[in-house]
Amino acid sequence: MAVALRRWTAPGWYRALLSTLLMAAFCIGLVVLVRSLYGYEPLWDWDAIVTVIMIGAPLGFLVGIGCFDYWFYWASGKPTRPEDHSGHGAYSWRDYFRVNTDHKVIGIQYITTTVIFFFFGGLLAMLMRAELAAPGSQFVDPNTFNGLFSVHASLMIFLFIIPVFAGIANYVLPLMIGAPDMAFPRLNALSFWMLPVAGVMMTASFFAPGGSFATGWTAYAPLSTETPLGQTFFTIGVQFAGASSIATALNFLVTIITMRAPGMTFWRMPLLVWANFTTSLLVVIATPFIAGSQFFVLFDRALGTDFFYAANGGDVVMYQHVFWFYSHPAVYIMMLPGFGIISEVISTHARKPVFGYRMMAFSLMAIVVLGFTVWAHHMFVSGMHSWLRVPMMITTMLIAVPTGIKIFSWLATLWRGVIHLTTPMLFALGFITMFTLGGISGVVLAVVPVDIHVSDTYFVVAHIHYVLFGGSVFTIFAGIYHWFPKMTGRMYDERLGKLHFWLSFFFFNLTFGPMHFVGVDGMPRRVADYAEEFATLNAIISVSSFIFGLSMLIWLYNMIVSWRHGPKAAGNPWRAHTIEWQVSSPPPIFNFDSIPTVVGGPYEYGIPGAQHAVFDDKKPAPAAAKPAVATE
Amino acid sequence: MLAIGVVASVIGVAICLQIDWFPTQGSTQADAIDTLYDVLMIASVPIFVLVMTVAIYCVIAFRAKPGEKGDGAHIHGNTKLEVIWVTIPFIIVTALAVYGWIVLDDIEAAQADELVVNVTGEQFAWSFDYPDENVTSNELVLPVDRPVHFKIHAKDVLHSFWVPAFRMKQDAVPGIETNTRATPTELGSYPVVCAELCGIGHSTMRQEARVVPEAEFDAWVQEELDKGEGPAPGEDPVAAGREIFTSAGCNACHTLADADATASVGPDLDELAQVAEDRSPDLNAEEYVRESIVDPPAIAVKGYDGTTMPGGYEDQLTPEEIDTLVTYLLGLSQTEEGE
Repeated sequence: MAVALRRWTAPGWYRALLSTLLMAAFCIGLVVLVRSLYGYEPLWDWDAIVTVIMIGAPLGFLVGIGCFDYWFYWASGKPTRPEDHSGHGAYSWRDYFRVNTDHKVIGIQYITTTVIFFFFGGLLAMLMRAELAAPGSQFVDPNTFNGLFSVHASLMIFLFIIPVFAGIANYVLPLMIGAPDMAFPRLNALSFWMLPVAGVMMTASFFAPGGSFATGWTAYAPLSTETPLGQTFFTIGVQFAGASSIATALNFLVTIITMRAPGMTFWRMPLLVWANFTTSLLVVIATPFIAGSQFFVLFDRALGTDFFYAANGGDVVMYQHVFWFYSHPAVYIMMLPGFGIISEVISTHARKPVFGYRMMAFSLMAIVVLGFTVWAHHMFVSGMHSWLRVPMMITTMLIAVPTGIKIFSWLATLWRGVIHLTTPMLFALGFITMFTLGGISGVVLAVVPVDIHVSDTYFVVAHIHYVLFGGSVFTIFAGIYHWFPKMTGRMYDERLGKLHFWLSFFFFNLTFGPMHFVGVDGMPRRVADYAEEFATLNAIISVSSFIFGLSMLIWLYNMIVSWRHGPKAAGNPWRAHTIEWQVSSPPPIFNFDSIPTVVGGPYEYGIPGAQHAVFDDKKPAPAAAKPAVATE
Repeated sequence: MLAIGVVASVIGVAICLQIDWFPTQGSTQADAIDTLYDVLMIASVPIFVLVMTVAIYCVIAFRAKPGEKGDGAHIHGNTKLEVIWVTIPFIIVTALAVYGWIVLDDIEAAQADELVVNVTGEQFAWSFDYPDENVTSNELVLPVDRPVHFKIHAKDVLHSFWVPAFRMKQDAVPGIETNTRATPTELGSYPVVCAELCGIGHSTMRQEARVVPEAEFDAWVQEELDKGEGPAPGEDPVAAGREIFTSAGCNACHTLADADATASVGPDLDELAQVAEDRSPDLNAEEYVRESIVDPPAIAVKGYDGTTMPGGYEDQLTPEEIDTLVTYLLGLSQTEEGE
């Protein structure tokens, strides 16, 4: 009896279920009570009830699963239990399904969760391409189609690219800077658990009456304030994803600033750490703006405010300004961590120091600053003040300069290296070339007169997939292959990895390349039906997209099978210098038996015996005492 | 490597300029924008080729031999190189931005003797009003070689007015007037496309722009004016109803043979009169049809979700227009039944 009772009161899935249901019941009661006090008809307004449940029930879930237990004890003045580290680390698979404060467990939780949503989002894309394989209506109605691309984009952005980078960095970053964990492990756990909430909410919108949200991931008002209930699933879901993102970014900032191992100056940090530092700055400054934009929409929908109702003095263009003030920096939130991964992968697998290390870090900072000055380039035809267009065009094109620095520096890193064409290196090379193409089409889009013609066409669809798939997702693959041995303690199958690369590289181009042509030729995006003249290219795009989608299954198979049955990995299979490779694979539960001391730069390849960090039990090699960056 | 790069760049540029990227070049703006695009291609291709050439060369020349365990050269940087690859891209993008700015001023410049057209977007149709000619139409008819100033409005949500052949696009925004200009140069018919997601009928929000000789335009205006002076809507209810059915965008979602509408998003309306009477115990046929126009969720047709249909038709249409539409929809199918 006592055991059964404890099951429902101790943190975990039983209590989470109970408290979710209790909160849902409370929300229903609250709405019905308030409506009856005001005498509103009908009393049982399910749109209102579901809206309030979507805010309340997730909080119930987070409390029930145990994200707040320690803080509640603390806040209520109860004697806190001394930290016994029982919530830290994974000893069995069950430990991955509870609130866990170990950054390595949280990293794995992040990556596996986001990969699930990656595959679901990809499936939606396949359905979209099936509908678009021929002109006319195939098998989904236009409302469902609008839902498919809206949920596809929202999941890929908010539930895959942004959080998977947070997951990779969660695992790798504390190890890289020689820290035993993140600065705020409990906040870290809360950040993770908000993610499945956001993802389930967006996915569940398909079950809403009137279908899922269908206004694109941009949710432009006033369409988003007028469409059926499904829209609310996005409006509120984004708040959870955003809160998760902000909390993680704060955690990274504090961790990087205060928890670096002795000797690790800012100029000795690996570029992945620099990349996440700059990304986190972007996240904490920008993300509140999308939260604001979606709260405005929520208020217009639920409370009858008129932020975006022009007839009552609302301002429709304002939505876009607030939205893009986040969502343009978000493009860099989705790219800078990838830049960090590529620097690690290229220097390790080409056995050379990153060329122009300081310029690489400065260009990240330059992108952060410039990134906040370009948002209105998404709005050249929006009807905003027309004078804003030229300055935004110039700043947008100037971002090509720091981005160019990075591309050229990676190429120079390859020069005279010893290049090992491993799977992560192949993806890094694929990234450099494809991202260059995406960057170039970005400059083309920045030129206002061209943008007037191609904005809201398939040219834009092509561009964003070149920067987000050929860019971000290729870096994610590179990163996951690169750190797979560290995370799982096993090697992946190199042959399957290469097959995955070549298939996805080829069919990626065959899928998204032709979209440039149909776009310039006049095919708008976000349409379920299109003119006959675009039929041939769209058929080609659809067929290649299916093979492209199937190639992802090779990756999934490789990851799952290698995780269980792959050959055991050594601590440092790539002979890399950064600290995460100096511990066992997977690392000990508290990362280090003794805290390392950093004695040199992270990429001192080419100097025999050079070391980045030493542990107490090992003597530093003399050459490692050199400064991080030779002054040029 | 340099030689390979140069040759590949030249070939790449040649291919890119050879490709027929654009739809019909139908306005002076199109000329300027297409040229700008070509210049961007010429500037872009060599940069892409440079990156590809260096990457491929490195992979071939510096690839590790089997079993090679050594490191690459210990090089940390090269200030001269870094200055070069900051400066040159800076100069290129600045020059392109200046050129883009010049083209922008050029294509948007106000012209003498402009034809003013008020464009109004609503879910899911465009309407075109010629204030000086006193004509309103669902078809965009323009005289060739005369500059046109489009003043754009939206009744409900965002739309985007785009004639790909003219290259000019401008959002229609509720609450404000937006503007764009184009000078058509080629006779012919071109699609008018809504480029901003505006809801369920977005992909069917297409109309025609017809560019005609000046004389033909004048004749068309006269014809439209005569129509206005002809039988009042009340006298030809079928034509008036058909007109409202099309201009309000009903045809974007519904099938109705009389109006050449074949969309299948919403219920088929060809048989409406037969079913309207019995659908609801409380409403007669006329009330039923009216209710389904002004408050679609109240009328749940089997297999359809009332919340899909846009609301707000009560505000968009006058009561007389709704009357006409209801009569049209019912009368039409009854006539067919009688035949």
